[in-house]
Amino acid sequence: MALELDAKVPPGPIADKWDNHKFDLKLVNPNNRRKFTVLVVGTGLAGASAAASLGELGYNVKVFTYHDSPRRAHSIAAQGGINAAKNYRNDGDSVYRLFYDTIKGGDYRSREANVYRLAQVSGNIIDQCAAQGVPFAREYGGLLDNRSFGGAQVSRTFYARGQTGQQLLLGAYQALARQIQAGTVELYNRMEMQDVVVADGRAQGITCRDLLSGEIVSFAGHAVLLCTGGYGNVYFLSTNAKACNVTATWRAHRQGAAFANPCFTQIHPTCIPPADEFQSKLTLMSESLRNDGRIWVPTEFDEQRAPGDIPESERDYYLERKYPSFGNLVPRDVASRNSKTVVDEGRGVGPLKNGVYLDFSDAIERFGAETIKARYGNLFDMYERITGEDPYKVPMRIYPATHYTMGGLWVDYNLMTTIPGLFALGEANFSDHGANRLGASALMQGLADGYFVAPATVPGYLAGLLGTPVMDTSDPAFTQTVAESQSRIDRLVGIQGTRSPDHYHRELGKLVWDYCGMSRNRTGLEKALAEIPALREEFWSDVRVLGNPGGFNQSLEKALRVSDFMEMAELKVADALQREESCGGHFREEHQTADGEAQRDDEHFAFVGAWEWGGPDVQHDAVLNKEPLEFENVQLTQRSYK
Amino acid sequence: MTKMLNLKLKVWRQDGPDDAGHFEDYSTTVADDASFLEMLDYVNEQLIADNREPIAFDHDCREGICGSCGLMINGQAHGPQKGTATCQLHMRKFNDGDHITIEPWRAAAFPIIKDLAVNRAAFDRIIESGGYITVNTGAAQDANETPVPKEAADAAMDAAACIGCGACVAACPNSAANLFTSAKIQHLNLLPQGQAERFGRTKAMVETMEDYFGSCTNYGECQEACPKEISVDFIAMMNRDYAKSMIVNRRRLGERKVG
Ligand SMILES: Cc1cc2nc3c(=O)[nH]c(=O)nc-3n(C[C@H](O)[C@H](O)[C@H](O)COP(=O)(O)OP(=O)(O)OC[C@H]3O[C@@H](n4cnc5c(N)ncnc54)[C@H](O)[C@@H]3O)c2cc1C
Ligand code: SF4
Ligand code: FES
Repeated sequence: MALELDAKVPPGPIADKWDNHKFDLKLVNPNNRRKFTVLVVGTGLAGASAAASLGELGYNVKVFTYHDSPRRAHSIAAQGGINAAKNYRNDGDSVYRLFYDTIKGGDYRSREANVYRLAQVSGNIIDQCAAQGVPFAREYGGLLDNRSFGGAQVSRTFYARGQTGQQLLLGAYQALARQIQAGTVELYNRMEMQDVVVADGRAQGITCRDLLSGEIVSFAGHAVLLCTGGYGNVYFLSTNAKACNVTATWRAHRQGAAFANPCFTQIHPTCIPPADEFQSKLTLMSESLRNDGRIWVPTEFDEQRAPGDIPESERDYYLERKYPSFGNLVPRDVASRNSKTVVDEGRGVGPLKNGVYLDFSDAIERFGAETIKARYGNLFDMYERITGEDPYKVPMRIYPATHYTMGGLWVDYNLMTTIPGLFALGEANFSDHGANRLGASALMQGLADGYFVAPATVPGYLAGLLGTPVMDTSDPAFTQTVAESQSRIDRLVGIQGTRSPDHYHRELGKLVWDYCGMSRNRTGLEKALAEIPALREEFWSDVRVLGNPGGFNQSLEKALRVSDFMEMAELKVADALQREESCGGHFREEHQTADGEAQRDDEHFAFVGAWEWGGPDVQHDAVLNKEPLEFENVQLTQRSYK
Repeated sequence: MTKMLNLKLKVWRQDGPDDAGHFEDYSTTVADDASFLEMLDYVNEQLIADNREPIAFDHDCREGICGSCGLMINGQAHGPQKGTATCQLHMRKFNDGDHITIEPWRAAAFPIIKDLAVNRAAFDRIIESGGYITVNTGAAQDANETPVPKEAADAAMDAAACIGCGACVAACPNSAANLFTSAKIQHLNLLPQGQAERFGRTKAMVETMEDYFGSCTNYGECQEACPKEISVDFIAMMNRDYAKSMIVNRRRLGERKVG
């Protein structure tokens, strides 16, 4: 069965669409709002801002997180900053330019109308956050400071030291706390969503595992908002927090929500390479380091000398060599792929030969160690804490790592998925970043969705349900879903196999990284499509989950998450195989220009690939639906950074 | 070069909030470039291989920012390295042959959930009682209409850097939460945007804190243990604002409790 992918983009000129649409959306009278229950899953930037804003409007909101406190969501870890088209610098920024940069940066694989709206509300986000007390960096005159960030020629990034995500999240968390106190929002912490309940053609609620008691509990609502983040941990090693997982969006997918562009993942070029086989996650080093650091590897294979002993003539500054005009500042995907090439050639550095040098000695000589310390002191300290090496003396070692997932649940202009009443916000949806996300744009999108878009569009949906009570959780639709969630747990615990959930997660991650990571080709993808189902089968017959399932049990939590990654990974690879072009973070080796650059195929692939769940044989059962992308306001061009 | 460390661990195991709990001994060998939590991951993999239940502990970002992790390591909150959360601590700070005792945060307000994981919900209750600025979404004026002196923004940021880990409480002989609460209050009280509710906020948050936590007697252990090196100066500022709130609120609000 093919899905009907109606993006519901409002008519009219792009600059007027959002205002017109807001006027056209149905409203809910303030006295009627408390009659509606909205379930918000996730308390990252998207979830906390949406729950707080809907609570303020007077809806009856329940918010869920598997963390102990809403403030611990993965958004807290974002460092660099948040974009907004304020043009406080008078350097030619505008809503249109932010829109244009985002579409181009995404390699023309996102929907124009959504991106334009994102740029439009970006300024309001900064106003909102400043009013909440987010301590943004200031100039001496007391006005807001800006920095520039990759992929843009204007200075539009707002920041709070190296902790922008933390401060924005605390702002949203505090707004949420105010609503909890006011009684409009009820918080359910340490509560992990297991499934969406769909009946009568719409979302009716969710089931969750209470992580403390182990009990499966049901919640009914008029609408469900999934704000559950990205799926980067399908690679096991990534810069994401350890618990980030795909369960909420994957379970929604299995209930009928289309999953869009799962092959689009962003690999960040400057992370610290793994030190050993027990490495549990990777740490991002800010992109800003590439402003002053020079990237190189030895010209010789299997070089044994210390970096300081390698003469200038035997160093290959490969980015400067290949891209003379952008040099070390080429976009993330280009930088990442080139690191992979030299490491695969056998010119990698460090004990495991799995990194490239990022060298500050020239910058230190030119500006002095003090200046470099002022610019990057905290990053240098962090690097030293992790590696035990002093980057003022020896070059840093870096390597790319998975960082962000552009794919996610397909949503229309209202952020509603293909299941009526089920919405997806933030990194959980696919909407705004196409095949590649610009730096400092994820925080912007999460808050745009949560503060400004959903509070307008969700009521537009609810208005049609006035007078309809929420479904009783004793309805078979709920009790059956609860029984299914419970039987999945019983099955996992009953296997009593030999290997831990982490073992299987690592194995899966290796497969996906090797064959569907920075660069992909048909042979590798087909190999992965053969191996993933086999690994999944092994997992389901051999995983060992110890401890009491009826209580706090972190092994069980992991096993449940890994079981969903096992299916999702297969769809991701199938999507990468289907997309016979290179665009943004998706590089197919078969599709490159003579000098090795990504080659898009706009004629055949200017579409959103929205997959429909078909059954457990994921790669054969899943059905691909296409939403064609039309560009009326930008001209499609091939990127070049030579 | 990587060195291998042979370690003897003494780890608190407790089956649930009502269980008495006990120490268990483990020995393990890990590389010194592993992080402390990777060392525990490794021990857990060994335990699972031996069909023994792994050790429960909270963690998530492993970058020192989410505040999930927090262990008492040889009696020190977050272990021996100053200004460093447990997840950022690396094994090169230890020596071959070391004995390491690992315990959960111990404080009446942080009941143990299991093994090394505790319930820190009392911190959320403090924030809910007043740790915000009242501004509805969409009601804000242009951000640059309220200049904030750079010094004020920087000081507010120093306070706002708190990650809510609870080490200050765990390190305090009185289990007081004054460092956390003062950081949260002063982040907002130092900014122009936070002035309207300054005294009501202070009073509500201090009193909620007192409902859950012990009293501060100026030991200063909190600042020593804090992974973000939050200064005890914020406690002094909070006390000053609290004293003022008693006068200001009484006069303006006629003894009504504000929240
Ligand atoms: C190291 C790092 C640095 C970054 N720096 C930047 C930056 O400088 N600028 C920028 O713009 N972006 C940055 N990003 C990206 C950005 O941080 C994220 O994309 C964004 O914060 C995601 O927000 P979110 O609200 O969508 O999801 P998250 O913050 O991931 O929140 C997900 C929430 O969902 C909950 N949840 C998930 N599943 C379930 C479930 N089954 N049941 C219950 N609850 C569930 C979680 O508990 C959590 O509360 C960075 C990312 C990383 C990894
Ligand atoms: S003040 Fe320091 S020790 Fe206390 S919760 Fe905040 S970061 Fe942790
Ligand atoms: S795990 Fe997040 S602060 Fe340690």
